Amino acid sequence: MNFPAIAAIYKFEMARWGRTFLQSIVSPVIATSLYFVVFGAAIGSRITEIDGIAYGVFIVPGLVMLTLLTQSVANASFGIYFPRFTGTIYELLSAPISAFEIVIGYVGAAATKSILLGLVILATAWLFVPFKIAHPLWMVGFLVLTAVTFSLLGFIIGLWADGFEKLQLVPLLIITPLTFLGGTFYSISILPPFWQTVTLFNPVVYLVSGFRWSFYEIADVSPAVSLAMIGVFLAICLAVVWWIFRTGYRLKS
Amino acid sequence: MSPPIIAIKNVSKTYATGFEALKDINLDIEKGEIFALLGPNGAGKTTLINIICGIVTPSAGKVTVDGHDIVTDYRAVRSLIGLVPQELTADMFETVWTTVSFSRGLWGKWENPAYIESVLKGLSLWDRKDSKLMTLSGGMKRRVLIAKALSHEPSILFLDEPTAGVDVELRKGMWDNVRSLRASGVTVILTTHYIHEAEDMADRIGVIDKGELILVEDKAELMHKLGKKQLTLQLHQALDTIPAELEGHHLALANGGSELVYTYDTQGPRTGITGLLTDLSQAGIRFKDLDTTQSSLEDIFVDLVRRDR
Repeated sequence: MNFPAIAAIYKFEMARWGRTFLQSIVSPVIATSLYFVVFGAAIGSRITEIDGIAYGVFIVPGLVMLTLLTQSVANASFGIYFPRFTGTIYELLSAPISAFEIVIGYVGAAATKSILLGLVILATAWLFVPFKIAHPLWMVGFLVLTAVTFSLLGFIIGLWADGFEKLQLVPLLIITPLTFLGGTFYSISILPPFWQTVTLFNPVVYLVSGFRWSFYEIADVSPAVSLAMIGVFLAICLAVVWWIFRTGYRLKS
Repeated sequence: MSPPIIAIKNVSKTYATGFEALKDINLDIEKGEIFALLGPNGAGKTTLINIICGIVTPSAGKVTVDGHDIVTDYRAVRSLIGLVPQELTADMFETVWTTVSFSRGLWGKWENPAYIESVLKGLSLWDRKDSKLMTLSGGMKRRVLIAKALSHEPSILFLDEPTAGVDVELRKGMWDNVRSLRASGVTVILTTHYIHEAEDMADRIGVIDKGELILVEDKAELMHKLGKKQLTLQLHQALDTIPAELEGHHLALANGGSELVYTYDTQGPRTGITGLLTDLSQAGIRFKDLDTTQSSLEDIFVDLVRRDR
């Protein structure tokens, strides 16, 4: 195992984030505050409770997930796309480092950044609504698993994209809509039966549901199913990354 | 004789577009030598280097480095190699220090600020260590790429056009660095468009054209074998044609007939100059001055590539 290489990539990526730290932190905090103003205060005053939980409190796990998913994908995709764009990828390809070690470095750094942001969002939410975390360990487990899985997805997007437009395409056209339609701001039980069934095909539903269960012990689907779905998604992402490095897709000619 | 540090056997590369970049290349690089790979643009030099370094996958053939297969034992191979690519690639927002330290880490070595400092000082980059790469000139960026390649103390160094865009003084300094690397036992494989640099630096020369290795030769041997000498006589009176009695010497007229050029083989047992001078005297042709020139590696290279076309 090439530990100095993993450490070098991790440190390099974290330092890159550090250069825009203020922007990276301030922007999600402002966005979260706005969500609380709009959804918590304005709309929330008309929706008093969902499953016995005050609406403002109910949306906290969904808001954390929203940031976690978008930031994981954005950080990891940019992290690996940038060396491809500048041409410095030659170093990664000619270094004595395995695909697995490259993934640990990049995905580890991307996941760390989004987990830290998730915790900042939680702290911000605490200023607006008092919420409890029923299962803190499960909460951390869901947080880490989701961050790692979506960082892997971002890594795949970063390897697949051949321009900045494509880099934005998947997050904008797939991740954001799926997140908004995945029960971030509502329980899927309030949807008509047909749309409830359709929603079950959205993987984000399982992430939000499992994460929300760790806070309030209420869930749209069983927490075990949520965990299994994250596991399946993680396995698919790992398999795709393994195939990319094995074939050199978009990396080697 | 010790085994070659790099052994390339029957390596071919055809890109997905159908372009055949390398055709059945066989080449051994000896430990501790400076090997210059010459060839026109698109000849396949960079493809060959990239195959050895793991950036391009060969279509056929086998390469071993210090006895290790480049595919199955890639860690052992790559930890020996430092690569300075042809393209000026750079993390624009990073500092010189960060990017060079990053390279050292990638090659499996823990931080060693004293060593990085010595590399940067050796390349006249120390006073710019905290500068972002985007603020550096082309020549400085090129030296940063060399520093990155040296950051992990390689025993084989690939220099793909290392002096492109570097000014004369710094270029000289860079070659001094390469000489001292060779003196410390590092094997150097270089490509350059400045053929006189290859002539100055290399122990052996390989010429590649249209994906084929058309020549591999010891430099001194090559200069001796393929080098030509020319004797130019400046005549008192210009000639319209070469007199019949001088035809046997295969002379040529130059400069409007005022110069007579005699080309001879440096390897031949006799130069034929004495006979020529006697015949000139008998033909009544007088000259006021003479000089000789020897073909450079550049002339030999151009001749070889032309012959191959």
